[in-house]
Amino acid sequence: MKKSWILIVSFLVVGLVFSPSAWCKSKTIKIGINAPMTGDIPKVGEGTKFAAQMWLEDINKAGGLKVGDKTYKVELVLEDNESKAESAVKAATKMIVEDEVLAIVGPQASKQAVPAGAVCNSYKTPMISPWSTNPDTTKDRPFVFRGCFLDPFQGPVLANFITQEFHFSKAAVLYDVASDYPKGLAEFFQEAWEKLHGAGSVVAYESFTTKDTDFSSQLTKIIRSGAEVLFTPQYYNEVALIVQQAHELGWNKPIVGSDSWGSAETVKLCGEDCYGLFFSTHYAAAGATGDTKAFIDRYNKTYGYVPDDVGALTWDSIRIVQTAIQNCGEITGKIEKDRQCVRDALAKIKEFDGITGKMTFTEEGDPLKCAVIVRISDKGEFEFYKSVCP
Amino acid sequence: MTFFFQNLINALQWGSFYALIALGYSMVYGVLMLFNFAHGDIFMVGAYIGFGVATGLVALSSMGALALPHWLILVLTILISMFLTSFVGMIVERVGYRPLRDAPRASAAITGLMIGIILETGNLALLGAQRISFPALVQSTTYNLGGVFVTNKKIMIVLVSIALMYALHLFVRKTRWGMAMRAMAFDYVVVPLLGVPINNIARMTFAIGSALAAVAGIFFGVAYPVLDPYMGIIFGWKAFVAAILGGRGSILGACLAGFLLGFIEIFVAMIFPSTLRDFIAYSIILLILTFRPHGFFGEPYSARLRL
Repeated sequence: MKKSWILIVSFLVVGLVFSPSAWCKSKTIKIGINAPMTGDIPKVGEGTKFAAQMWLEDINKAGGLKVGDKTYKVELVLEDNESKAESAVKAATKMIVEDEVLAIVGPQASKQAVPAGAVCNSYKTPMISPWSTNPDTTKDRPFVFRGCFLDPFQGPVLANFITQEFHFSKAAVLYDVASDYPKGLAEFFQEAWEKLHGAGSVVAYESFTTKDTDFSSQLTKIIRSGAEVLFTPQYYNEVALIVQQAHELGWNKPIVGSDSWGSAETVKLCGEDCYGLFFSTHYAAAGATGDTKAFIDRYNKTYGYVPDDVGALTWDSIRIVQTAIQNCGEITGKIEKDRQCVRDALAKIKEFDGITGKMTFTEEGDPLKCAVIVRISDKGEFEFYKSVCP
Repeated sequence: MTFFFQNLINALQWGSFYALIALGYSMVYGVLMLFNFAHGDIFMVGAYIGFGVATGLVALSSMGALALPHWLILVLTILISMFLTSFVGMIVERVGYRPLRDAPRASAAITGLMIGIILETGNLALLGAQRISFPALVQSTTYNLGGVFVTNKKIMIVLVSIALMYALHLFVRKTRWGMAMRAMAFDYVVVPLLGVPINNIARMTFAIGSALAAVAGIFFGVAYPVLDPYMGIIFGWKAFVAAILGGRGSILGACLAGFLLGFIEIFVAMIFPSTLRDFIAYSIILLILTFRPHGFFGEPYSARLRL
């Protein structure tokens, strides 16, 4: 018994001696990436990683990041949040405390971004979530920012679009009640729809929980309710199952989704069942011009597929962070002071011209930008359909 | 009325999966008196093996090496995957359970959990976290029977599952091997003295259970064509509930309870708000177990279990 104690303690001591963070203060700028590399939405993690790597390539090519009159090396610290809320919190804490990152990009999904944002805010570390559209992520958190529009904006955009495009008045909603993003968006959509068509015009409001694969009873109820359109703000793995099962149960009316559909995986998993459906998103790859096109081409050349919205938003977000660091003017090496400086610089950015459109920032740290309605073409490509601005 | 029948058909399909998986739990418990908690993950492995075999066969036939119609590919996929997955089950038994057969039951249960985690993370390491889309072996055709929508897939899944369960029932009742299994379930100590090779019987039990899980996995891929490495966990838990509800060690019980579980889940969502589905469904099951603690067909004496 005594021996094993000695063994354990000596291991711990050895670990402490050799862990790099205990000894050397870094001279480089570290930026944390909090991404879902495994778990429910690994494709989102991959897009995040690739976009961040492309950015780092540019920085390295220029010899480092120039702040004031000094040039710093940049290091990316990538942590996997397994697409879980608790792992995202753990990853954020580790990067802040152990790796001493200057700022964190991510997590992407609201389910992880909301709790991770609380951690970053309490440790006074700037965080920017490229993809989280839930208002709670940045609400009352001076240190948390985002690179995309919000659910309260996306809900009315979709409700208006469906009304104008199809002239429907009865809608059904199917969403995951255990996940922040779909739940929030389902509520905002319901609110906007009932404002347009009166109370009770959302004739079926059905839910399930994460990891469910069979939606037959919910869809049977939706079909019986006489709804004319189904709105389902789900992630790509569930979209494929919902759309296919709806068709198998005899549903042949439109199904509309939100920006979480905009992954390269959606069409791959869903196949022909998804052709002709609409969703709202941050940008459309087909028909892009200028900087957006340059980014898409470069990404496609390096990684072999057209980047989805996560890649583009991560690119914009990490460049917003870069701008803030440079606006800061000076990196002192005292991590708390530098973090405060980066946060202040982030809050001061009023306008940013990104590849996902021009954005202006509000007091809360949220950008105002346009949404895009995309149609999945008969070849399975994301086609620009129309643009909706606030 | 069509609403009711539509849900009835939904429930039959959903219950088939629970029943097929619950059988594996139940048989192993009957013979070895332990719960194989890795069984849900064997179901997952079965689905992935099915994916590999199906993809291989589709590739072969599209290259022209083997001109096979799709239904034959499906049959071959099922048979080959059953065969391969049964080896996974036998390896799990040999590596995970046989060394611990005389250890406390808790240790054996923990082994199951660990093997489950090893299978999940092993798959993650091997194939990555990417969702895999199961090849469409069955061209989905939807029949409209007076407002009730049925697909050919659903009919096939339900019928083949029931046929397999009946075949298993015959095997256990009518063959010498089945008799040996029943004998082992009856008395674990005396049976070896009568010359029954208990290691072989244990291995066979795992093989059959895993083969059934493989069928469930392939059907799952046909019905819900998105596979992920963690798909077996919750499914395994729920099928485990079905095995307990049916009565530990009872084949008929596991089948009926599997279907019952499917029915409860679907019909609860039909009547109540779907948010409360699992809450209400599993409260009902808890109530049933309060009044029938040994399940429907279980016997109060753990030494005398029906198989």
